[in-house]
Amino acid sequence: MSSLANSMPHTLPQTLPQTLPGTGIFAAEGEGFHPPGPADFNLPPIGGSAGTLEFAGQTWELGVTKPMLQAVVVAVFVFGFLYLAAKQRALVPGRLQFSGEAAYGFVRNSMGRDIIGSHDFLRFVPYLLTIFFFILVNNLMASIPFFQFPTMSRSGMVYGLAAMSWILYNAVGIKKHGFVGYFKLQSVPSGISGPILLLLVPLEFMSNILVRPVTLALRLFANMFAGHLLLILFALGGEYLLLHGAALVKPVGILAWVLFVAVAFLELLVQFLQAYVFTLLNAMYNQGALADEH
Amino acid sequence: MELTGSMNMIGYGLAAIGPGVGIGLIFAAYINGVARQPEAQSRLQSIAILGFALAEALAIIGIALAFVL
Repeated sequence: MSSLANSMPHTLPQTLPQTLPGTGIFAAEGEGFHPPGPADFNLPPIGGSAGTLEFAGQTWELGVTKPMLQAVVVAVFVFGFLYLAAKQRALVPGRLQFSGEAAYGFVRNSMGRDIIGSHDFLRFVPYLLTIFFFILVNNLMASIPFFQFPTMSRSGMVYGLAAMSWILYNAVGIKKHGFVGYFKLQSVPSGISGPILLLLVPLEFMSNILVRPVTLALRLFANMFAGHLLLILFALGGEYLLLHGAALVKPVGILAWVLFVAVAFLELLVQFLQAYVFTLLNAMYNQGALADEH
Repeated sequence: MELTGSMNMIGYGLAAIGPGVGIGLIFAAYINGVARQPEAQSRLQSIAILGFALAEALAIIGIALAFVL
């Protein structure tokens, strides 16, 4: 009886890797190096699972996960920041108001006015501003200590954003040109006639209506996912080479950690760039839907 | 030391050469254009980003299929 009680604490650490399958964090303690994979992004629900759901032939776990929580935190933060920055409206802006106005001006001018055109860009600025800051701060979550998980590396998040953008630019176009006129605008390139249209119309329809939301979603998702996977790989690979590798490969482990820091800075650039590209493409799609001619 | 992984990733690495070259060409042309005519920068930028997005879409479809197939 006492021997069993004594052995309990010793067996616990060895069973830990089995209780967290695929997290990769304990995988390096096993035999050989297990490279990180997509399974590392399946975080368990916070506070345990609330049960499972059978839907569409798959088993879905119910519960609140870290990316969901982060999306809410980011939404509250972005709202709070922009609200507080816009509240005072002083003639001589303070630091908070100045940063808020600079951020607003960046989205309004470089993405709204320059792309959509000075006639009707103001209608779109609230949406562009919201989506830009929501994505930007969510992406930066990958680099902020204690969060360190890119919300947009879960594909469900980006599908929602892309669906919203898809509905918006199609609705804008249909409202302006009518249903038939809008689809004619999007699928018949101007200045082209004859049998070549048989080839071009399906292609244009595919690329402008069907593929756009898919690439919009997958671009953001794949960039965040691949970037974070690269960071995990450098961190875990460096740890494995340094602690478990032969003496000859230990310097390579240090090199991997140096590269880890370099890639982390590259990721900061990518995080900003993807938020920028997503918002810019939104503006372009809306501009295309509003345009009188292709 | 034993290496494990998926051959898909080698295929994806090869497939990413195409978009890589394409994106390089796009930004080379953009830099050329801005160097010749700096005042056209704001106009060229959106076109360059659009071309970049279209070329990158190929790489993105590649990585999605590399994990799925």
